[in-house]
Amino acid sequence: MSQPLLEIKNLHVTIEGKPILKGISLTVNRGEVHALMGPNGSGKSTLSNVLMGHPKYTVTQGTILFQGEDYTALSTDARARAGIFLAFQYPTAIPGVSVANFVRTAMKARFGEAFEAKSFRKSFKGALEALGISENFATRYVNDGFSGGEKKRHEVLQMTLLKPRLAILDETDSGLDIDALKTVSEGINRLRGPELGILLITHYQRILDYVQPDKIHVLKEGQIVRSGGKELALELEKTGYKPYETEAAEAHAAGAKGVLG
Amino acid sequence: MSTPKPINIGQDYETKYGFHDPEKYIFKAQKGLTARGVEEISEMKKEPDWMRQFRLKSLEHFNRKPLPGWADVAMLSQINFDNIHYYLKPTDKEGRSWDEVPEDIKKTFDRLGIPEAERKFLAGVSAQYESEVVYHSIRKDLEAQGVVFLGMDEGLRRHPELVKRYMGTIIPPADNKFSALNSAVWSGGSFVYVPKNTKVEIPLQAYFRINSENMGQFERTLIIADEGSSVHYIEGCTAPTYSSDSLHSAVVELIALPHSHIRYTTIQNWSNNVYNLVTKRAIAYENAIVEWLDGNLGSKLTMKYPGVYLAGPKARGEVISVAFAGKGQHQDAGAKMVHAAPETSSTIVSKSISKDGGRTSYRGLVKVYPQAHHVKSSVRCDALLMDEISRSDTYPTMEIDAQDAQIGHEASVSKVGEEQLFYLMSRGLKEQEATTLIVNGFFEAFAKELPLEYAVELNRLVQMEMEGSVG
Repeated sequence: MSQPLLEIKNLHVTIEGKPILKGISLTVNRGEVHALMGPNGSGKSTLSNVLMGHPKYTVTQGTILFQGEDYTALSTDARARAGIFLAFQYPTAIPGVSVANFVRTAMKARFGEAFEAKSFRKSFKGALEALGISENFATRYVNDGFSGGEKKRHEVLQMTLLKPRLAILDETDSGLDIDALKTVSEGINRLRGPELGILLITHYQRILDYVQPDKIHVLKEGQIVRSGGKELALELEKTGYKPYETEAAEAHAAGAKGVLG
Repeated sequence: MSTPKPINIGQDYETKYGFHDPEKYIFKAQKGLTARGVEEISEMKKEPDWMRQFRLKSLEHFNRKPLPGWADVAMLSQINFDNIHYYLKPTDKEGRSWDEVPEDIKKTFDRLGIPEAERKFLAGVSAQYESEVVYHSIRKDLEAQGVVFLGMDEGLRRHPELVKRYMGTIIPPADNKFSALNSAVWSGGSFVYVPKNTKVEIPLQAYFRINSENMGQFERTLIIADEGSSVHYIEGCTAPTYSSDSLHSAVVELIALPHSHIRYTTIQNWSNNVYNLVTKRAIAYENAIVEWLDGNLGSKLTMKYPGVYLAGPKARGEVISVAFAGKGQHQDAGAKMVHAAPETSSTIVSKSISKDGGRTSYRGLVKVYPQAHHVKSSVRCDALLMDEISRSDTYPTMEIDAQDAQIGHEASVSKVGEEQLFYLMSRGLKEQEATTLIVNGFFEAFAKELPLEYAVELNRLVQMEMEGSVG
């Protein structure tokens, strides 16, 4: 059996001493798309940031394995160069740095010597076209004055060109109208393949109509309270996240009891 | 676009500029400042009596004036005026070729890349070592056109009438404590005169080097651009790194006669033990243009507010300044624009970066007199803070007494945030690369607002400093 791409084992995370993730375990294999759903404040964005190594969060327990290696303490840039990619929910502006310069610099960092400066223009242009982005985008400053839709397309543009092995998409669907959602989803689908693992973080099931997940997990109060197949999304659409509040509390209570017992 | 170069301000300073020569000198004044010491300088220079009187009167102003209370008093008050050598004469001749310059000193300037820069892209060079100009030259064709580019002392000897007529008129000795100090003990600096309708197309450069410890360098520069002429003057400076402080206090006066154009570029890169307290001011007559391009990279404390008195109709003044402040540094820089005539215009653009606890201040004045109608002025200052322990302040003053003046002012302070670094690092950039990209971006936005020729020039100068190749 092939090695899992990403293995999260009993991950506990705090921010400024406050516990946010309370024992997450999750395995993503190559070629799989996992959707992570849950209400606001359940810890979805924390998980995506921790997988990318954000310095603000502290892992107090558990491990993150990527391709079998322990990545828990690795720096953000080393993770990125190894092929982990995070599409940000709220990407930050870098005034004065053009999109083309930024993407090229990132590609150099990701591919090192294998980066071919000569073919950059062509692949960059191709990726812009595929995502329906006009060419003058290249000279605009990174996320500076971008609309919500432009920011999300820009994230998918980078994902396309940086060819990650694991892509974490943090609410890439939020704030998009239906046309933009379609374009962005198509962009994601084009990247799907036997090698790429995707962790799709979302509040709504809407994007799952376009990007079909293999598995769905429901996160509540820092714990995965339910995992299942596609059908789980439809169920969630009907019931909302309400039923999971009690389950989360119960699971937590059971966990505590287990430790005491 | 190229890969961003790492911006390590001052990191290689030790090896590139921080070295010093063994001390050899013809004359070294005792530490401390006395009337007798001032007279001694004047005597050694065989100056006319009026200059001796000018110096002595200036010393009185210096002694009477307090340190400016609005400034960084904590840093200023650390200056021990009794622990400074006010005059140091390294050699008794001024070379017109590098072969005439004493070997050690020549080596120093070689190492700083001055003769090479001279061959490549300068019309004239003046090199000052300690208190005296040890080398100066100007291209023959310019000399033939009547362009004068001399050390200030030689300027006084050869053109006493011009010096007497203009010196101290834009910056009187009593202007401030440090202009008084300079006026009392000045030595070296440049004297430039460009005749009517003469265009000096390539720059003249002066380079200032301090070698000794506890040294005071007080160059005095006077540039006169006659009607319809133009000139570009560049100055650079460095010093060895010592544990005790040195003082550099220059006075620079520019006279831009009608329809003339003066551009004055400074790349200040003193070591972090030098106090750089400088007064620079220009007067622009009808339709004249004065531009100050000011880059402040080094020193412990810099106080410098280049100014332009817009004295004739349609005169124009610009100050474009860039400052970096690292650990233990305070770049207190700014600009003054005084609109005293109608239809005059001015632009001030200031960009600063503070890191590792460094401090930058923008201090500016725009003044418009009642008779100056149809004045336009715009001020823009942006500061970038690289971390939580650095600091930036803005002190803009506007005194607008004409009703139809169009005045614009914009200021911003931004921080290189954790989120910006995280975003770039999440794309595989190392922390240093990410920081460099952010800093380059800060300048890119700046360059875009500038006329192309400025942008190219500033980039070149800043890059040179980054790479450490002076000249």
